[in-house]
Amino acid sequence: MAIADLNLEQRARPRESFPTWLARRGTAFWVVGVLLLAMPALASSFWLVQIIAYSMILGLVALSLMFLAGYGGIVSLVQMTVAAFAGYLVAILGDSAISQISLHWPWWMAAPVAILVATLFGTLCGALSVRTEGIYTIMITLAIASAFYYLTLQNYTVFNGFSGFNGVKPPVFLSIDWGQNLPFYYLTLACSILAYGTVVYVARAPFGLALQGTRDNPRRMAALGFDVVAHRIAAYSFASFIAACAGVLLVWYQRQISPGTAGVGPVVDMLIIAVVGGLSRPIGPFIGALIYVLLRTFSLDMLEGVGLDGKRYQLVIGLGFLVIVLFSPDGLIGIWQRLRERYRRGSDARDAGMRVGGGAP
Amino acid sequence: MSDFIARRPVWSLVIIFAVGILVWLVFSVWTPGLEAVLGRKRVFLSALFNGITLGALYFLVASGFTLIFGLMRNVNLAHGSLYLFGGYLGYSVGNLTGSWLLALLAAFIVVGVVGVLMQVLLFRWMEGQDLRQTLVTIGLSIIFADLLLWNYGGDTFQVTAPDWLSGPVQLPFVVALRGNGEAVMMIYPFVRIAILIGAIIVGVLMWLALNRTRVGMLVRAGVDDRDMLSATGVRVQLVFVMIFAFGAGLAGLAGVIGGTFQSLQPGEDTKILLSSLVVVIVGGMGSIPGAAIGALIVGLAEQFGSVYMPTYAVMLTFIIMVAVLAVRPQGLAARR
Repeated sequence: MAIADLNLEQRARPRESFPTWLARRGTAFWVVGVLLLAMPALASSFWLVQIIAYSMILGLVALSLMFLAGYGGIVSLVQMTVAAFAGYLVAILGDSAISQISLHWPWWMAAPVAILVATLFGTLCGALSVRTEGIYTIMITLAIASAFYYLTLQNYTVFNGFSGFNGVKPPVFLSIDWGQNLPFYYLTLACSILAYGTVVYVARAPFGLALQGTRDNPRRMAALGFDVVAHRIAAYSFASFIAACAGVLLVWYQRQISPGTAGVGPVVDMLIIAVVGGLSRPIGPFIGALIYVLLRTFSLDMLEGVGLDGKRYQLVIGLGFLVIVLFSPDGLIGIWQRLRERYRRGSDARDAGMRVGGGAP
Repeated sequence: MSDFIARRPVWSLVIIFAVGILVWLVFSVWTPGLEAVLGRKRVFLSALFNGITLGALYFLVASGFTLIFGLMRNVNLAHGSLYLFGGYLGYSVGNLTGSWLLALLAAFIVVGVVGVLMQVLLFRWMEGQDLRQTLVTIGLSIIFADLLLWNYGGDTFQVTAPDWLSGPVQLPFVVALRGNGEAVMMIYPFVRIAILIGAIIVGVLMWLALNRTRVGMLVRAGVDDRDMLSATGVRVQLVFVMIFAFGAGLAGLAGVIGGTFQSLQPGEDTKILLSSLVVVIVGGMGSIPGAAIGALIVGLAEQFGSVYMPTYAVMLTFIIMVAVLAVRPQGLAARR
């Protein structure tokens, strides 16, 4: 059974050209787009890299989780592990300060191989957990993630144990040092836009539609002749590819990688980011990541500003997460949409009221 | 039992064979050749006993975890936090009153009450929404972890065992032979043996309560078909609250016990949670015998792993989990 074999009216609709697609975007699209492109002129290098670029990298990992959870109904906690694995591979295959382990491959070999192997690893995890559903998937992926964490923590021959790798530098090519603030910002921006666009495209492509079908009613999809398991494993592959790319960016951003990157905390943080932002749309994870990074960076000052212990930021994050999960299953995106709908309904009602009051025809 | 042998003759043979080898290893006096391969018998025996007693602790935690899951389809990812909370609470009460039993009781009751609050205030409002419940428990575990860190700091605590529990006992197992042919017997901490006996008693009582009483009947019916049970007019919510209280209380109890022969510190919550996750995945979700089998396997794997292959000890448990998932995705003792 071919995976992309869905003959829906989606095909029949004439494909719109890129300019018309651009023209149909709303104001928010243009504002955010211009803001992101012009950000280097507006923001200091701290904001540019530490806040925005870092948010985009975390957003990419969370995006891969969002793709699985939002379109496939699979809540996988291994996405951060896949990213960390890719990061480790870049450090092991490429250059790092731990020269007795690193193989010193050139970056254009190390990075693609890292992405490829990490994607394979994510696919394997998917194949292992895909036969289970819902909470079972969460449990199994959590167990796999922590197994990887302990492996990196205890293995010194390949993963260099507790201390991990440092001195991992972003490459220099086209005579640009991509580790500089400005190039690195644009690199992450380009990757984010590409990944976002691909996710949006895949979600509407036959494969994405079939995946959403398996999410909503796997038995019906199986009865229609779709191979549900194959679709889910393919979804894992695609999501793991995004996560792996994010992992390469992450190790270039941090210049080091250690078991802490793959620990249970960060793994759960990814779920928090994706859920807080909203699992229904690909933009959600990026919003969640931005909020998460802002909270992490500034909660100390904020908490001390209102007279509380600055170390309690985990508490703030936990409480915020709990409130959002309790009151808005769709995350911040859901709140935003509900507010907009209420406003629209309100203005519609006002318009209607005015028409009635004015005795219009 | 005979049913199992009839259905799976090959596996039964393998299990009987393995148990036979184990019994022989435990009771025989090791020859120098065997010691050269397996190391000293003392090390082997203490790994075996530590594994079994660690399994007893895991059983206490995981049986509450799996009971809550079996009935309410609620993966309580805050279960490790309940364990840690119970442990810290037991430490405080033990320090205050000087009584270990009182600490045990206090942890069981207070953590049980916390469980009731969680069930009544949160989970009742999102019945049937698995994912949302799971997310809520993740949020709770983060909050609990930080509150406990706030209150108790990052230090390591140990609950002091009472006098009648402390000290070593001599077990009737020959560890080695002295030069003059006199046998050296195994000496083992009494606390761990008491915990093993306690866990077995709890397990048997739980099995009896589930299989021989009316409440147990209701619980089993609820595990199989919740809607049908509530349709027959049983106050399902009450059963839910009771089970949640009992499961959470067991986690608190286990916290005090774990604090007595291991230690308590931040991060212990995730460790215990992961162990119970693996235990119930290996044993089969929602099954008490499964929790017992899984706990034994995981405990033994951890201890033998740390003795014979220290670098990959934790990996060994996960490899077992993966192997079980590949062969029998529903777990070893699940009925499905």
